[in-house]
Amino acid sequence: MKVTVERAQLLKSLGHVHRVVERRNTIPILANVLIRAEKSKLGLKATDLDLEVNETIPAEVAPGGSTTVPAHMIYEIVRKLPDGAQVVLEASGDRAVLTIRAGRSRFTLQTLPESDFPDLNAGDMTHKFTLPASDLKRMIDKTQFAISTEETRYYLNGIYLHTATTGKTETLRAVATDGHRLAQYEIGLPSGAKGMPGVIIPRKTVGEVQRLIEDNDAEIGIELSQAKIRFTIGDVVLTSKLIDGTFPDYARVIPLGNDKELKVDKSEFEHAVDRVSTVSSERGRAVKLSLTGGKLTLSVTNPDSGSATEEIEVEYDSDPLDIGFNSRYLLDIASQIEGETALLKLSDPGSPTLIQDKEAKGALYVLMPMRV
Amino acid sequence: MTTGFCRDCLSDAPDAKTRCPVCGSPRLVRHGEIEQLAIAHVDCDAFYATIEKRDNPTLADQPLIIGGGRRGVVSTACYLARTFGVRSAMPMFEARRLCPQAAIVAPNMSKYVAVAREVRRLMFDLTPQVEPVSIDEAFMDLSGTTRLHGMAPARSLARFAREVEAQLGITVSIGLSCNKFLAKIASDLDKPRGFAVLGQNDALAFLASKPVSLIFGVGRVAQTRLANDGFHKIADLQKADETDLMRRYGTEGQRLWRLARGIDHREIVPDRDAKSISSETTFNDDIADLRPLEKTLWSLSEKVSARLKAKALAGSTITLKLKSNDFRLRTRSRSLDNPTQLAGRIYAAGHDLLAREIDGTRYRLVGIGVAALASEENADPADLIDVHASRDAAAERALDKLRERFGKTAVIKGLGLDSEDT
Repeated sequence: MKVTVERAQLLKSLGHVHRVVERRNTIPILANVLIRAEKSKLGLKATDLDLEVNETIPAEVAPGGSTTVPAHMIYEIVRKLPDGAQVVLEASGDRAVLTIRAGRSRFTLQTLPESDFPDLNAGDMTHKFTLPASDLKRMIDKTQFAISTEETRYYLNGIYLHTATTGKTETLRAVATDGHRLAQYEIGLPSGAKGMPGVIIPRKTVGEVQRLIEDNDAEIGIELSQAKIRFTIGDVVLTSKLIDGTFPDYARVIPLGNDKELKVDKSEFEHAVDRVSTVSSERGRAVKLSLTGGKLTLSVTNPDSGSATEEIEVEYDSDPLDIGFNSRYLLDIASQIEGETALLKLSDPGSPTLIQDKEAKGALYVLMPMRV
Repeated sequence: MTTGFCRDCLSDAPDAKTRCPVCGSPRLVRHGEIEQLAIAHVDCDAFYATIEKRDNPTLADQPLIIGGGRRGVVSTACYLARTFGVRSAMPMFEARRLCPQAAIVAPNMSKYVAVAREVRRLMFDLTPQVEPVSIDEAFMDLSGTTRLHGMAPARSLARFAREVEAQLGITVSIGLSCNKFLAKIASDLDKPRGFAVLGQNDALAFLASKPVSLIFGVGRVAQTRLANDGFHKIADLQKADETDLMRRYGTEGQRLWRLARGIDHREIVPDRDAKSISSETTFNDDIADLRPLEKTLWSLSEKVSARLKAKALAGSTITLKLKSNDFRLRTRSRSLDNPTQLAGRIYAAGHDLLAREIDGTRYRLVGIGVAALASEENADPADLIDVHASRDAAAERALDKLRERFGKTAVIKGLGLDSEDT
């Protein structure tokens, strides 16, 4: 195999695929990237057995062939090569090494046979549709933060993507929750997605897709089945297993009936929460919201260090209410609000609060209060 | 000002008398610095054995060994058994060989912990500066308590020893000095039921003839290394130059030089905050099956949970500990989103980790611990998704209340019951 490729192009592709490779691997081949050269094309592929990223770039190939080399190492080598260099990858048939040449630099890397490289047998995909990259990106941005990291509830370790109906509109909806907050974002149902099964996309996959979206104007191809999902993003194809579990019936925890409405300037609120939470020490200390008339008082009391309060003018006409929230969770949600005003629908200090964004109609957040 | 007193009636003991002029007791303690010294090391005498003898007087006059199970080692040997050469941490079979007539009692830790707590309570009556070292020993700093108690620390301590005997039926040995190092050495000088005083002025002469291994932290390896450099007795260290020792051993050299002179600046640190709370158990027979392991795990989780609740703490890291029959240790940890103090959640996380380790390996020990401790106020928040969470938590707290009123065994979760019992 002999391939000649432009350094910038190779670096970009390796940058896409090498991230999938775990730093510590018990199976040696999983530390490697598969290099396959044929017909003026160079294919790169990496996997962690749950997730597989494949990218094809143009290259000068003669003769074709394939091999595997340590992914992080080849990425580092190419990264350090001078800009504008032509990189030559060459593998001889009899020795298990790959030679990388560029200018006066020359590297040889040990290889493992291509035949050992695992294939994420995708099987047949049952549904296929496309989404504008900007929609998919927003869908991820607005829900990703709520994904649970608690392994005990593995079925919450991802984004639940499914079809739903809001009013009379059919929608494609993404939901994530860790039991303390819930984030939901939906868009009109793209054709081809009708009747698709609800799927839970693992956290790592979500993160990789988010990073792979470089061009907001592109169209992203999505194919899925009960067990797998595939994203086609430009030249990159990412295939992932789905979380095999049942996402809980989240609809019943969305408190649509909450009648105490609070309208607050989003950035003023965000900064105030950030300021008062400075005095809280332990992770996740509560911030107390006290509402009376048109006034919101935020306060934090930390017996070890001190206390902080701040008042904000707000729109609120309901009965006075004291309620506590985890300040980090409040900030996570506030940072996703696109409009100038955040709308909080409250009930009582022990029940979930609904937070809406006047600008982003498809977005909705639920936050569980804390004892204060 | 006198330099001594009677340990039984606390009255002054004039010099040159061998018995107390007031009560006639021979237990007099005299020392030139006795009115000034305030750092004490208190050690309970053959703690477990003494408690067992207290509770079963028929054991009083025979050698007694506290040690557990079939594969156990000696936890404690009473002073009678020690005359036969039986020592702590000795394998049981060897102890039995040395002293076949000894009575053997399996340890009853919960009883010992309860007594230890009482001892500590009496200590806190003297000073808040109590630093527990283990279940049966502690350092105490009685500086500045003379006016509070109306007597010098030495007498307060003698009175404390008397109260421990009267109230708890066990005996302690006390070492009184000017720092922790010397106090600890002193408490070993006069055992059991002892009271030894070691002043700063005695230190140089007293330590000179002792081997370097008397200094804590000097184990076998360090001892060999010191011997190779010509340091056998503490006197050798006393003669050495401080700079020279530091050149050879770094800061450890300085430490050795100081301790050899009885200089120790460590402060008494009252009860350090626990970093983790855990509980473990070693089986009589190795176990490979999940069912019996999970049963043990449940009762351990309950224990850990009870201790967390008692201290108003909660933790967000759950660690499972397993030791296989070839003594290999496996620890597996999991982080929770929020700290917990509930047995149910501790068990759930531990069980998840345990289930993955069931691979035919036979385990001799299982344990569970909770770390990353924080106050309970943010623990176990209400959950959006798990509707049962708050109900389960409420149920557990209700059970706790029942147990508080009617005893630990009033209510037992089905999982914790022996199948043979039903």
